[in-house]
Amino acid sequence: MEVKRRYVIPGDVIITGPFRPEQNVYQDGDKIVSTSVGISEIYENTVRVIPLCGIYMPKTNDLVIGKVIGHSSLSWEFDINSCFVGFLPAQDVFGRDYSPTKDELKERLDVGDLVAARVANFDRSRDPLLTVQDRDLGKIESGELIEIAPSKVPRLIGKRGSMIQTIEMATKAMITIGQNGWVVVSSDDPVGLLKAIEAVKMVDAQAHLPNLTERVKSMLGVELGENNDTINE
Amino acid sequence: MTQLMNENGIRCDGRKVDQLRNVSIKVGILKNADGSAYIEFGQNKILAGVFGPRDVHPKHMANQDRGILRCRYHMSPFSVTERKNPAPSRREIEISKVIKEALQPAVLLKDFPRTVIDVFIEVLQADGGSRCAALDAASIALADAGIPMRDLVSACAAGKVADQIVLDVNNEEDQEGQADMPIAIMPNLGKVTLMQLDGILTPAEYKTCLQTAIGGCKQIYEIQRKALMEKYFGNGGQ
Repeated sequence: MEVKRRYVIPGDVIITGPFRPEQNVYQDGDKIVSTSVGISEIYENTVRVIPLCGIYMPKTNDLVIGKVIGHSSLSWEFDINSCFVGFLPAQDVFGRDYSPTKDELKERLDVGDLVAARVANFDRSRDPLLTVQDRDLGKIESGELIEIAPSKVPRLIGKRGSMIQTIEMATKAMITIGQNGWVVVSSDDPVGLLKAIEAVKMVDAQAHLPNLTERVKSMLGVELGENNDTINE
Repeated sequence: MTQLMNENGIRCDGRKVDQLRNVSIKVGILKNADGSAYIEFGQNKILAGVFGPRDVHPKHMANQDRGILRCRYHMSPFSVTERKNPAPSRREIEISKVIKEALQPAVLLKDFPRTVIDVFIEVLQADGGSRCAALDAASIALADAGIPMRDLVSACAAGKVADQIVLDVNNEEDQEGQADMPIAIMPNLGKVTLMQLDGILTPAEYKTCLQTAIGGCKQIYEIQRKALMEKYFGNGGQ
């Protein structure tokens, strides 16, 4: 079924009728109203707005990149580029037999360290709880941190990961994308690293333009053609 | 005393009774704020910057089940003809409060428990009706910061000058006129979020004055909308 798209600002009535409100909209009687500046999408019976600005709101299961800002005797606190502070319990890193008297948190993660983590739990009543108990999670030893707008993360990933694959293949760099808009690029090849950084910044700056994959490809010097996603917004 | 209106119904600055001053809005002009706007409303020049949602300091102000909104309206020492003391005056504290209360119904604060949204408004040049202009800029700055809102807030004043109801009272008319009524509305929801009245009106005049002000707010809304659309979607945004 066709997806209907439109530019909206807060207060705009997107549609009237029996539709299900999803992200960034609210229901006022039978009207569905936008709450953000963005692009509204009506798909089957659901309505949502893809915002063009705004901060990161944590969601359970999101992969985020956090920076250690401190610790207590039982947990670390992380800056996750949000209005909430992320918590990583010490037991998550040291294991079940963690003892505050025996183990020193600073030995594993110190202030300023970057960590790839997953949001294990988050609701309105408490701050997001992080976990590193999964594949590819944990301390990030090397790489370059780039900050992009959290609303542009889906564009950097692309349809089924097409954009990020293109950049990784062309530059041989390893890119870890946090849903919070923090991206770590690492590579042994300095030229590839710089190219990958440039490509990520380009996606951030030009996320609203159509044919972005093609632009990125031509910047990276990749042949155009197969596997191009074109979201014409 | 200056003549506020001539026999042809033309006001001291050359406007008709139902005419707004020139209004222009620019969105997102401050790099370090999460959202910002600059408005020129006649001779008013006002900057608004928004931060947040972010951690509340001092912590005891935080609300466990909803965010809080803080607002600071400040006039620069050079915004008026005689140097204004930069310390917050009684008037600035009042305007900060009414602007906060006018924005609160529009902002979906329940989405951000234990956080604060800070709105800073700096009047660079003042010319009557600065609270309305400040409110218009603040509402655009909030939208620019990506803060979920039920609707934008549009504000405009109306008043009574030389026994006539006029739209958008300027400085001279405010000083020497008979009444001044700033109004803010959420245009799509049709709800009033700010109403003040300084002066005396008969019930009939009051009704006309309110309708005139609401008409002005709707004109302002169109300008706000255009400014936001231009920032985010270029000229293609309708």
